[in-house]
Parts: sequence; C-alpha cells; structure tokens
Amino acid sequence: MTALRALVALAVVALATVLQVSLFPHFAWDGIVPNLALLVVVGAALVRGPQFAATLGFVAGVLIDLAPPADHIAGRWALALVVVGYLAGRARQDTRPTAIATVLTVAAASFVGTSIFALSGLLLHDPVVGVGEMLEVILVALVWDVLLTPFVLPPVMLLFHRLEPAQVAYR
Amino acid sequence: MEHRWKGSDGREKDNRPSRSVLIALLLACATMITLDAHGGQDSPVEPARRVAGEAFGPVETFTADVVRPFAAIPDYFGTRKNLRKEVSALEAENAELRRSVETSGLDRNRLAEYDGLTRAASDAGHDLVPAHVIAVGAGQSFSHTVTIDAGTDAGLHADMTVLNNDGLVGRVVRVTRTTATVVLIVDAESVVGGRLASSMEIGFLSGRGVIDGTGRLDLDLMDDSVVANAGDVVTTWGSKAGTPYVGGIPIGRVVSVINSPRETSRRAVIEPFVDFTSLDLVGVVVPRGATSDRDVVRAGEGDD
Repeated sequence: MTALRALVALAVVALATVLQVSLFPHFAWDGIVPNLALLVVVGAALVRGPQFAATLGFVAGVLIDLAPPADHIAGRWALALVVVGYLAGRARQDTRPTAIATVLTVAAASFVGTSIFALSGLLLHDPVVGVGEMLEVILVALVWDVLLTPFVLPPVMLLFHRLEPAQVAYR
Repeated sequence: MEHRWKGSDGREKDNRPSRSVLIALLLACATMITLDAHGGQDSPVEPARRVAGEAFGPVETFTADVVRPFAAIPDYFGTRKNLRKEVSALEAENAELRRSVETSGLDRNRLAEYDGLTRAASDAGHDLVPAHVIAVGAGQSFSHTVTIDAGTDAGLHADMTVLNNDGLVGRVVRVTRTTATVVLIVDAESVVGGRLASSMEIGFLSGRGVIDGTGRLDLDLMDDSVVANAGDVVTTWGSKAGTPYVGGIPIGRVVSVINSPRETSRRAVIEPFVDFTSLDLVGVVVPRGATSDRDVVRAGEGDD
C-alpha cells in the first residue's frame, strides 16, 4: 500500500513535469511556463508536512533535472524543490489552509524556488544571464504559478488527502 | 477537535526525523551537483539522463502529438482582413523577388556554375531527417533547449546541425533512442561560427539567453577593421566534417552595430531568421546516405 502511494505520488510529479515541457510551451510568456512540479510539491507540503514534501520535492527536482530538454547541471532544481517542500511544510497550519493562505504560500514558494535555482546557476557559472533579467524571469514565473494555483492546488491537495495514511484518525 | 491536537502532537515528534531527512536530501542534491558540474561531457549523471530520456521521450512525444492539433486552433480564426493584408504583402514581395531574379540572370548563371563546381569538388549538400519539437525547456531554467522526436533510431548522434525552413536552429547535444536534445543558438552558452555574406568576414555568434524580442545574438568579428552593416546576412561558416555546424546555413540579419572602446572588436547585434517561440518542424543534417527509421529529405530532391 505504501509502495502504491509512493507510485501515485511519483506519477503525479512525472505528469506535472511532462505537461510543463510539452503542453505549456504553447502558452509560454517569453519561454517561461508555470512550474507545475513546484505546485504539486507545495500542495503535498500543505497536506502532508515538511518531511514528505521535501522528499517529493527531491524526486520532482531530479525529474526536471534529468528529463529530456534539461541541459543545466543536474541537482539544481532538486535542491530548490527540497527547500521549497520543507519550508512550505513548516508553514503548514493545523487547520485546512484558506484560499488566501494557499496563494501566499505558492507565491512565496515560487519566489524561493526559482531564486534558489537562479542563484545556484550564478554560483556554478552555469548560464550567464544578468541579474535584472533573472529577476524578471523570477517574477513572471511567480505570476504564472499564482495564476495556475486555483486549477492545480485543489485537486492535488485532495489527492494527497486521499493518499494520506490513516495515522491522524487512529494513532 | 481531537484531530487537531493529536495531529500537532504528532508533528512535534516528527520534527527531528524531518530535519535529518532534509539534511540527507540536501546532501544528495549537493552530491549530484558536484558530480555533474565537474564531470563535463562524461559526467556520471549522463547515464541517468539517458535513462530519464528513454523513459520520458515517448511520453513527451505522445503528449505533444495530442496537443499539436489544439495548438493550431488559433490559426483557423485568421480574419478576412488579415488574410487580405497577408496576400497583398506576399504579392508585393513576389513582385520584388521576380524583378530581382530578372535583373540578375547573368549573376545567377555564373553563380550556378560556381555552385556546380564546388558541389562536384566537395560533395556538398546534405540529407535532412525531419523531426517535430515535442518539448521545450522552461524559461526559468535559464537554458534554451528543446527535445525533438528523432533519436539514434533515426540516425542521429550528438553534434549535428538542426535547422528549419528559415535558418539555423541549433545543434544536438544528447540523444536517446527516440529523442534528441537540441541547444538553440540563442542559448547563453551557444557559440556558432558565422560569416557575413556581404564581405565573407568571419566571427563568432553567441546567444544572449533571450528567446523573444529583437537582437538575440551577438556577432564578434575576428577582424576589427571590418564594419558590419545593418541588413547584412550572416551564415554559418561550418567546421571540419560539419560538426557541430555545417556551412552555409543562414542564421540571421544584422540589426545594429555596437562600438565600444573597451572591446577590441566590434560587436554586431543579429536578429535570427528563426522564430524560436513557435518552433515545430525542424530538420537534422545527417551525412549522405545515412540510414534512418523515417523518410529522409535527400539533397537535391527537395528544397533544403
């Protein structure tokens, strides 16, 4: 059952990765697309807490780093999404998050995630772009992620609720 | 009510393992980055990339095939007025081209002669493997790469030239059985040898890492006494055995020239012919007579 749960989570993340590169480029603004994998990780964090979300973030990041069009140094998105998953999980409230809290968490997560990726690029001299350009990309990505939140987060959170082991009720 | 404090109680206990998991994951990321950053072309991560490519390639191909018809829907709604405008623009262009063809008959004949000579001498002309773009790297990854649906089965390998109807697109960096990853020439790490068609001067074109807007490539000329003029066409000059770029492929047009006293050479800003925001059908240059799993566009048959 645990293996099945892990498999479903993996499938969701893989689907997000594929849609991000194969579907959303048709709507991309300046090549920037909504970061679906990040949204899934935030959804998981809001439902399941930091430990699960950080692990899922690692898996999602590795997939983004390795799946075909990627040519940057592998591990950079993994690093960004582990931190995002952990922080978003820490920010989780005990009650069901309100819509505004969810949107704010996504905005913060998107900013932190893309920034970590961009900064790791600066440190590793991976791509050579200016800081101004970088900020622009980070902000556009943030707007995209917030725009997609109402469509992606509710089903993702519902799914992770269903997948949650029954520990809360029976422990 | 009971839910809530039991849940939070559990979280207090979870706190420590969650931190050690975080540290373990961060270390894993750091290891991966280090391995890949120092490995270069034969980094230990490369096999993992290949496996991921083999797994994701077919899925991406499938998704792109499903999405493609829907992506074309906006084209159906071109209004009559727009179409008329387009027709008149094309007519004007046609007239212009016809005039230039008529006046340059002599030049054309001479050129054809020279062309025939060089072709006989070096067996120029290339075969093209057609492919569709099935995935585009996210802008927030700061590298401009796409995946195409042709791989080793189609006769591709790394360092092959990719072009489309308009001009040079990029080069293949990595292949799997069914897909190949292409670095676009606008990528910040891409460098292409370019030649000014007007003066035959050579230089290097580097991408600026921007996909949209004008002036996405910089041309540094080797000879700083040469001035590029706005409107000059830049083509590839090609390298030995055509890897990674074959010669004579149009790249773009000079839009402006930047002169700075600090730089020894003059920098020209190039606008590429290819529209990188709507890439779809591309061709990969393969050696003559290469075997492939699909119909290859042979040199001399079609218009390449």
